[in-house]
Amino acid sequence: MASRSRALARSLRRLPQAPARAQPSLSTKLQCRSVATYTSPQQANQISVLQSTVDKNSSGFRENAAALGELTQKIAELHEKTSQGGPQKARDKHIQRGKMLVRDRVTALIDPGTSFLELSALAAHGVYDGEDVPAAGMVTGIGTVEGVMCMIVANDSTVKGGTYYPMTVRKHLRAQEIATQNRLPCIYLVDSGGANLPHQADVFPDRDHFGRIFYNQARMSSQGIPQISVVMGPCTAGGAYVPSMSDESIIVQEQGTVFLAGPPLVKAATGEEVSAEDLGGGKLHSEVSGVTDYLAVDDAHALVLARRCISNLNYPTSNNVSRKENWEEPIHDLTELDGIVGTNLKQSINMHEVIARIVDGSEFSEFKPLYGSTLITGFATIYGHPVGIIANNGILFSESSLKGAHFIQLCSKRNIPLVFLQNISGFMVGQDAEKGGIAKNGAKLVTAVACADVPKFTVVVGSSAGAGNYGMCGRAYSPRFLWAWPTAKTSVMGPEQLSSVMEAVGRKVDPELKARIERESDVLFATARLWDDGVIPPSHTRRVLGMGLQAAMGGSVEDKKTEFGVFRM
Amino acid sequence: MSTPSKLRALRGTTAALQPKRNNTPIRYTSTTTSSPSTTTPHPTTSLRSILIANRGEIALRVNRTAAQTGIRTTTLYTDPDARAQHALSSPFAINLGSTDQYLNGARIIQLARDHGCEAIHPGYGFLSENAGFARACADAGVKFIGPPWRAIEDMGDKSRSKEIMLAAGVPCIPGYHGREQEPGYLKERAAEIGYPVLLKAVKGGGGKGMRIAMEEGEFEQQLESAKSEARSSFGDDVMLVEKYITTPRHIEVQVFADGHGSCVALGERDCSVQRRHQKILEESPAPNLEESVRQDLWEKARKAALAVGYEGAGTVEFIFDNETGEFFFMEMNTRLQVEHPVTEMVTGEDLVRWQIIVAEGGKLPLTQEQVEERIKSRGHAIEARIYAEDPSMNFMPSTGKLLHLRTPALTENVRIDAGFVEGDEVSSHYDPMIAKLIVSGPDRKSALQNLVAALESYEIAGPTTNIEFLKRCSQSPAFVAGEVETGYIQKHHDELFAMHPIPDDVWSQAAIGLYEADLASRPEASPHRPVQAVGFNTAPQPRAFNLLVPSTDPAAPAPTPTKVLVTKTSADTFSVSINDSPPTHITSSYDPASRVLTSFYPHTRAATTLVRDPASQTLTLFQRGAQYTLALAPPAWHAKALGSKDAANSVRAPMPCKVLRVEVEAGQEVVKNQPLVVIESMKMETVIRSPADGRVKRVVHGAGEMCKAGTALVEFEGEE
Repeated sequence: MASRSRALARSLRRLPQAPARAQPSLSTKLQCRSVATYTSPQQANQISVLQSTVDKNSSGFRENAAALGELTQKIAELHEKTSQGGPQKARDKHIQRGKMLVRDRVTALIDPGTSFLELSALAAHGVYDGEDVPAAGMVTGIGTVEGVMCMIVANDSTVKGGTYYPMTVRKHLRAQEIATQNRLPCIYLVDSGGANLPHQADVFPDRDHFGRIFYNQARMSSQGIPQISVVMGPCTAGGAYVPSMSDESIIVQEQGTVFLAGPPLVKAATGEEVSAEDLGGGKLHSEVSGVTDYLAVDDAHALVLARRCISNLNYPTSNNVSRKENWEEPIHDLTELDGIVGTNLKQSINMHEVIARIVDGSEFSEFKPLYGSTLITGFATIYGHPVGIIANNGILFSESSLKGAHFIQLCSKRNIPLVFLQNISGFMVGQDAEKGGIAKNGAKLVTAVACADVPKFTVVVGSSAGAGNYGMCGRAYSPRFLWAWPTAKTSVMGPEQLSSVMEAVGRKVDPELKARIERESDVLFATARLWDDGVIPPSHTRRVLGMGLQAAMGGSVEDKKTEFGVFRM
Repeated sequence: MSTPSKLRALRGTTAALQPKRNNTPIRYTSTTTSSPSTTTPHPTTSLRSILIANRGEIALRVNRTAAQTGIRTTTLYTDPDARAQHALSSPFAINLGSTDQYLNGARIIQLARDHGCEAIHPGYGFLSENAGFARACADAGVKFIGPPWRAIEDMGDKSRSKEIMLAAGVPCIPGYHGREQEPGYLKERAAEIGYPVLLKAVKGGGGKGMRIAMEEGEFEQQLESAKSEARSSFGDDVMLVEKYITTPRHIEVQVFADGHGSCVALGERDCSVQRRHQKILEESPAPNLEESVRQDLWEKARKAALAVGYEGAGTVEFIFDNETGEFFFMEMNTRLQVEHPVTEMVTGEDLVRWQIIVAEGGKLPLTQEQVEERIKSRGHAIEARIYAEDPSMNFMPSTGKLLHLRTPALTENVRIDAGFVEGDEVSSHYDPMIAKLIVSGPDRKSALQNLVAALESYEIAGPTTNIEFLKRCSQSPAFVAGEVETGYIQKHHDELFAMHPIPDDVWSQAAIGLYEADLASRPEASPHRPVQAVGFNTAPQPRAFNLLVPSTDPAAPAPTPTKVLVTKTSADTFSVSINDSPPTHITSSYDPASRVLTSFYPHTRAATTLVRDPASQTLTLFQRGAQYTLALAPPAWHAKALGSKDAANSVRAPMPCKVLRVEVEAGQEVVKNQPLVVIESMKMETVIRSPADGRVKRVVHGAGEMCKAGTALVEFEGEE
């Protein structure tokens, strides 16, 4: 872009100068005015193009790139391992039964050549002592089916029989929450033994437990968000409500079963002896009970039927009307993000360099660049979708908070989605700051973030600490999606500070505390507990945001008007 | 059904007006309605307007010459032909309505009069050799562009023509040409002549109403079959019986005679390569023919023409015994033939122009000596007939829309006479010939080389065609050596029909093409569709394409599919693995408008046209001069989910057809290969035989019913 406009400028210079015509009458008339010089769009855009100062040969860059590269590789391997699902034996048995593995089901379900945005792929990682529950026994994510972006929730029965651990429930509910907020039709590929009984206390009773799944299904259906389920394995007890609560459901014959109580429980309760197929098989439910609507002969057939259901939803697939048709990839190399960021969060991260590798054409219209410069605000587009970007470039001061609140108001009025790039250790502390009203100014930012009813997207680049987490749209502020880089650290404060605070308040400090806080603020700890929607490779930030924006701004969109609360002045 | 009877009626009325026989040829001109017995030559008069009583390529062919000569043409069409190229070729086009109306001579003559057409060009087929029609034209004062009606009648009657030929000193094949048609009597005559014998409809032509009885045992069945076909094609089932020569060649001589007593032979054509008794490759001069024999053939052909007072274009067909070098008169086709362009190529003359000159009462443009000069200097020409037919299914006609049609570049050496363009429908109502490809060269070798090159750039998708078969024929070593005979295809069957393995590049391009065509047809949903990896763990997943070579034979066992795994790795790169081979990385781009997929392999490049046929669910690929037809194997669940009945228990119609006769009835025990049903499609009869021994459960369609391709004709008792 830059080189093109330079070339244009050169060519303009080469244009022959028009001979000055003697037109005295006109020139005398215009004597009192100057002339507006024509500025080409390319020249005008020059002011928005972010320039990079990255020196790829500097030792700092190379060390950073190596360190983050190593970390990213480690996380990639972990994903690779997790995506295998359950143990080899379970997978072999699954295939022997003529069933497709869960990721093959997802691939067959979505349109060829389209992307699948998987969510929370490392859920339950290391959460249950002595139990390996890869991906919490469930694949969730956004995929395109017959041109419609859908939320896909698929049990992996090779992992503990597809039973619901507490994290499985969270993952299921989070997928439904995303579907609700973004109005994505839901497709449930059900193959689960139901609640994991030993964990029933953390699965069954509370508001955000198992029962919430069906509550969500009913509510979404009422809001016109279609619910489709494909029964590809058991749906027992509570699980039986997934197909039963769906708008349309498909069942695989001699494979899927739906019943409130399985044959052993029936025998115990009433003495009746009945096979699973006769009790709740596909034929029974499709021909007799009407619990399911379509009978499939196998997984592949069932998925074709599910695709047909989606094609008959008459669901809007319209694009974001604000989206620009012509966009260009960033002019800077996305893979340089590793070297720019590194893994040492004590080093400051130059967020302009990060933004330059996320937005279209590396073009960024920065708002108030000279004021409150520890918070970067500005407009850009990602795959053509207009966005407002708010990124930390240091500690939050009163000015930066005010600027942030101002910018959020701009975006809310203009219906522009917000993208938060977090690397924040907190608001400024100290007497000067308090005198300046950092508390009320920070509160203005938090109010603005909380009330802004445009889609919000958060990417945790580095630290996410203290009230900075709130002001920068942490999990509690309901961003549509929250993704973390491998470098992300989320905690109320850094382990050192936390230990020293504890000492200062006179408590006996547990020598293990610092190490525990260190571990608990790690991205893997966070993502395993669904504090985010997944860890992403830095170079994919742009793609992930693009997919998220498409989910939020395309298809069916709820029109919301932002109403701000009282800003303490 | 109505047409033959109408024609009979037409003949009946004209018979009453039959003039006295005259030894002198009878001539008509367009400008006079004087008595047909007038024998004085008329001064030449230019024709200004002609009616073309035909369809397809020959109608276009006639129109082309007429246009060059400034003659206005009027074309005819029936309902299914309303948008056919010949109907569109002239602003004066008349709708005849139902499909059989091209044969309605009386109506066509009336139309010619109503529309001020001075002459009728009948083309070939239809009314071209109908003496009654030619005569009715004369009576109505419309010039028939063809020979005098009496010449047609003489030559059209096989037994009379034989008598005339023998009298004129033209050798004829031993046989029975009498009027006694009692089957037992015919069988006795056959025994006299000696088996094998040929049974042929006296009014027949073009292989219709013709059967061979190899031995006494099959005489009755072949006779009945030939008679039935003759009845439906010509409305007349009088048969002749002839000696059947086992290694014959079909050599014919193009003759031309004018009304001034001149007759020239425009060289001979070898049309030995035939299937179902119809020509597919025709060439001139005939290969491996001694010059003395050639001159003798020409001489005898001219004698034959002069013996019947011929005028205009005609072809004298001889059967040439490859072993003895003898030849016998078979018949004379009193029309312009399909393969006339071969002669035009070797003589450099326009035979339709010659027909018009003769019709106008003019003199032949060249003398015999001039013709010989021309032929000596112009080399060799060969014609390949491109048919919508399936060689692997005994050349059964195929129908459908021409989804893709690309022809070789036309040059001085390459000519195409076609009646279709892309998007046209090859219907089951008429002849399935799509085009004629005529190429020439200074000698036979170079003409053949040109033919292969032209066939390689001839692309047709939609109906199955014989192009691949023609390529094989024209490269077959024996054919290249000129060792032709009418049994060529049967003799070289194994070579010509050998299965060739599909190259890997074709498998991979087929799969990539299907993938890309699918993507191109879907609206763009995600903003960065070409890039599949979004985040960790979402590496692009391969899709398996199970491809196979579909068989048109419903009885054939299902072929084993080839598994092609395609992973789209970026906007234009693919990783492809065939039957679990190590993946190949291929850069490909697909243009949906031209349907061309260009792929850069590590070792080569291939630009391929891919055409998907929505009707047959097949994929046709044109890669490096060869055509491949593939199909996606149905998914494993298809049969079960669709509840398709086991095809083994029923016999299905291989093409859209009409049931002519049902040879079995419910409950009957049949043996393998026993005839079950006789169907007719595109004016050709096909016997549907039992695929196995069994008992008939139900005859689904009775005689006279129309069936779509794939409908069950006969159901068998099941295994259980």
